[in-house]
Parts: sequence; structure tokens; C-alpha cells
Amino acid sequence: MPERDVLERMFELVTTINVADERFRTLLTSGRVRSTYYSPKGQECISAAFGAVLRQDDYCVTMYRGLHDHISKGVPLRELFAEFLGRVTGTCKGKGGPMHVTHPDSGLMVTTGVVGSGLPIANGLAWASQLKGTDQVTIVNFGDGASNIGAFHEALNLAAVWELPVIFICQNNRYGEHTRYEWATSATQVAQRSVAYEMPGVTVDGNDPVATYWAASEAVERARSGGGPTLVEAMTYRFWGHIFGDNMRYMPPEERKAAMDADPAVVYRKWLLDGGHFSEAELAEVEAAVAARIDDAMQFALDSPPPGPEELYTDVYKGEVVPA
Amino acid sequence: MSGDPTNRKLTTAQAIHEALDLAMDRDPTVLLLGEDVDDPSGGGVFHISEGLSTKHGEHRVRSTPIAEQAIVGAAIGAAIGGFRPVAELMFMDFFAVAMDQISNHAAKLRYMSGGQTGVPITIRTAAGAGMQFGAQHSEMLESWVTHIPGLKVVVASNPADAKGLLMSAIFDDDPVVTIEPTLNYWVSGPVPEGEYTVPIGKANVARAGSDVTVITYGREVSFALQAAEQVAAEGISAEVIDLRSLVPMDEEAILGSVGRTKRAVIAHQAVRRGGLGAEISCLINEHFFGELQSPVVRVAGPNVPIPYAAELESMFVVDANDIAEGIRRAAK
Repeated sequence: MPERDVLERMFELVTTINVADERFRTLLTSGRVRSTYYSPKGQECISAAFGAVLRQDDYCVTMYRGLHDHISKGVPLRELFAEFLGRVTGTCKGKGGPMHVTHPDSGLMVTTGVVGSGLPIANGLAWASQLKGTDQVTIVNFGDGASNIGAFHEALNLAAVWELPVIFICQNNRYGEHTRYEWATSATQVAQRSVAYEMPGVTVDGNDPVATYWAASEAVERARSGGGPTLVEAMTYRFWGHIFGDNMRYMPPEERKAAMDADPAVVYRKWLLDGGHFSEAELAEVEAAVAARIDDAMQFALDSPPPGPEELYTDVYKGEVVPA
Repeated sequence: MSGDPTNRKLTTAQAIHEALDLAMDRDPTVLLLGEDVDDPSGGGVFHISEGLSTKHGEHRVRSTPIAEQAIVGAAIGAAIGGFRPVAELMFMDFFAVAMDQISNHAAKLRYMSGGQTGVPITIRTAAGAGMQFGAQHSEMLESWVTHIPGLKVVVASNPADAKGLLMSAIFDDDPVVTIEPTLNYWVSGPVPEGEYTVPIGKANVARAGSDVTVITYGREVSFALQAAEQVAAEGISAEVIDLRSLVPMDEEAILGSVGRTKRAVIAHQAVRRGGLGAEISCLINEHFFGELQSPVVRVAGPNVPIPYAAELESMFVVDANDIAEGIRRAAK
């Protein structure tokens, strides 16, 4: 059993991701803000588990469905929401948006909008740590769809050959965009592909934060101690389709309902209570604190101005302003 | 150019080797990676990095799998992690394999992160026809990269510039593509000893003249100089501008010269359509419409893949005669 503070940290992260996701979806449906949003709801336990294992100075690379990873890596909520809303107070001054959140102080180094592209870059970050002789590890998150693109295979091969301290986390949510896993992927499980690269690979129930925590701990320990890369496949499901607002007709309603009935956040909360790990009052206290932090962050973002016109021309090259 | 004048001659390949060695001496964060670059793998197909892994260590000079996305991705990640990697992509045609990393990541990460994560990488690549390498190992694809905001692009025409531009590229805080005309690797010229830089963004007047301005870069500079000799005998004085840097481009140098000559020829080996000549021609027209004495002339490759047969390949390549003909047209 993980330590009590680990269980609490995972609960806090799961709750933060859920509330943030709910608030953001509400904001979108209310029409107050416009954004392209890839909801991570359903996948929150995976990030929470890794969040409970990693250090602040570990590196994280993620992708457009990344809110859960951003939160779990510790990106400050105010700056995170402001970036989602395209405000100058955002992590990237509103110039990146939800698909390109970056916050090096939290170790959140790259968020890419291109499927599979984060993996080769994660290798480079891990290489940097290896060269410096630090014991930092790099994680890179991607979906099952990314396991079919060339970058995945190039990256796993190089990581294995160079014995890089990197963990490839496939959040297998059963769909690549709108296409079912089975229709696009030759392997029964993505983790099988680790065999071809002679790299440890494991499939874990990504909806079970404790199981994922153990898998994460093992992979992180291996990377930190010089044992090289791991492919972790965490089985999960996304509640809100590929992009929030799509019609989800490609997901059988009974399949989606079953997944939502087994909401991993709800299951985890019940497990914490039933196991006597926390009292109702203790969990409610965490939830109230999270809700207050999200409220504060959301208000901060909504009250913040957009970037000024001068921002269009800066940050193309260091210290230069591109002529209009 | 700073550095001591010298009569020491090196090939371009030797000059590039020297720049890499000096950069690695100066700064332990400079890394090399690419196919075959370490000594156990032969020091690179053009032997440019020969000796460097033995001297600086195989952890800093790393041969990679033949996997261009992995190469550029690793360079980007290491750059964000505090290093200055020099990635070698053997031929520029192979940029196609790595373009997602180059365009969507190396070029854009500084902007997308609001300035938090720069990508100080150098991508070295051989390019250009003339060796009967056929259609997939011969292209000058500078237009692919000059079109992408966030990248800098340089092309040296001689060994001394190749060394100085590469030094600038390695220590630049943004991604720089150094296009190296393949045939120039074996061309010799004077190269100053020790460290010096050729600034990125400054053109060089390779030959002064008063009647026509020839704007060119890379291997075509030597052809333009030969062409200028040819037309000099006919009484035409051609000025030859070696751009050296395509992004940023020394517009001041171009406009200053054309402002005097009122006639311009742009010569490049890359195919005409969508080539950099169109961009430069437009720049000239925006400034001198109505003042030009003749239409801007583009001397460029025909819009075809590069053929294998020597007879056809030499037809493809822009040479001194082609440029001389262009100068005559502009001078009419």
C-alpha cells in the first residue's frame, strides 16, 4: 500500500483535474470563451499517479490532451488557466494555448499538438540529464494512436540504444481521434511493442491510481538509477471524445456509459473511504480547498487581459522583434 | 571577418571540422549527433567529424540510428535541457523525413512557450547537385526552411565563411540550418586560424561592380565570379553579392547595391518556382519599381527533379555561362 500522503496527493490531483475539466467545459458550453479543448476526463488517475512519484525537477513532455498532465506536474493553476484562455498572464503569455503549455519551473518542458512528436524530444531531455549526470527522469505522454507513427518507433529504439532515463507513457484510451484502437493498431496491447526494442514494457489499469502508482514507481526508479527506459501502457477511456463538442457517434453509447458509470475518480474516492484511509470530512476538506483554488485561478484568468499587439512579433528569435 | 589574415589553405570540409573542434573546446555543452559521426563509425560520410569523438568523447559525439526524427528530436530536447547540439542530416533531401521536428518544434518552441524555451541547435546538411547522386541526394531546399519563422538559414560559399558561419550558428541562441554545398567540401581556400565568427545576417560583396548586381549564395558564388569575369571582357561591370545568410537576409546590402546599379540578377541552383529568387526579386521591386533599368532576372534550376545522367545533371546546374547570360539580359 502506498503511504497515506501519496494516497492523499493522488486524490488531490484527481480532484483538481476533475474540477478544472468541469469548469472549463462549463465555460466553453456557456459561450464565455472559445477554445479547442481535448478533455482528459477519464484519464486523470494516470497523471495523478505519476504526479505523486515525480520530482519537480523531473521533465515532462505531453500533448494536446494535456490538462491532467499539466496539473499533475505542478503547473500553477492561475497561469495554466490564463494560458488556456489566451491571456497575457498565461504560462506562455497566451501565445501557446492549451496545446502548447510550457512551464519549465515545473518541469513541464513541451506540450505538442502533433501526435507522437513529443517522444523524440523527450529523448533529448533525458540525454541532457544523462550527460549532466543528474538523476532527473523524463516522462512523455501520448495516446495509443501515437504508437503507430514513425516517431514512436524511432524514439523507442534510440532510447533503448542510448539507455536513456525516459519513460514512455501510452495513455491507451481506445481511440486515435475517431478510430477504434483495433482498427488502427496491429498489436493487442501497445506494451507488446516494447519487446521489439528490448525495453521493459508493462500494461496497467490506468483507471486504478494505486496500480498505476506502483508501475510508475518502478519505471521511475529504473530510469533514475540508470536502468534505462520503460514503456508504460495505461488502459483508460476518454469520456468526452476526441475534441470536446464532437458528436462522439463513433463511440458506442453503451461503451461510453459503462466507462462513465465506472468513473475512476468516483471509484477511487469510494475506495479511500471504504478502506478507512480517509474520512468523508477529510476528503470533503480537500475537495473544498481544490474548488477554491480553481475558482481563484479561473477568475484570475477571466480578469486577465489578452496579450498586447507587440507580442505578435516577439519570441520568434531571442531578443529580437520581427518587423511588422 | 575578424581573425588574423593568413595564407593557410583548408578545404571546406577541414574548415568545418575545425569549427566543430574549436566550439567543442570552448564550450562543454556543444554536442554532435548524426549518422556515422563518431570515429568507430568512420567520422561521418564526408569525414568531417573524424577525430572528434576520440578527442571529445563518444558521449559528446554520438552516432545515431538512421532516424532523422530521432536525431532532430534528441537535439531539440537536449537544447531545451541546456546544451548546444549540432545535428547532422546527411543530405538536405532528408529534411523531408525530419520536417515535423524542424518546422513544428525547433522553429516554434520559443514562440509557443512565450520565450521560455529556446532551441539553440545547429542543423548541418549537405546539399546541391553535381555529383550524380540523383534526385534524392542533390537538392538545394533552402526555400523549405526560409519559409518557416523561427529558423535561421546560412549557406557558405568558401571555406573561411563555412568556418565562421558555423561558429556563429553553434553559439546562436536559436535554431540555425547551415546548408553546405556538397561539392564545396573539397574546395580549398584561405582559412584563418583559431576562433572567429562570420556574423549571421551580413552579406559579403564578393566583387565590386557598377552596372549589374548579381545576388547569389553557396556554390553559385564562384560561378557568378567567373561570369563577372566573362562579361567584364564585354564591358559590363557586375557586382557580386554573396548573401551568406538567407534568414535573416541582408536587405540593406541588396538594396544598397541595386540602388546604384538599377539592374539585378538573382542566381541559385534551386528550382525557379517558389525559389528564393522570387522573394528577392519582390523585395527589389517593392523598393525600386519604376527606377529599374531592366526587369529583375532569375537564373535558377528548371522545375524538374535532379537527373542522374551527367549530361542532364550538368544542364540542370546553374553554371557560370548561365549567370553570364543572365547578366547580359539584365544589362541590355
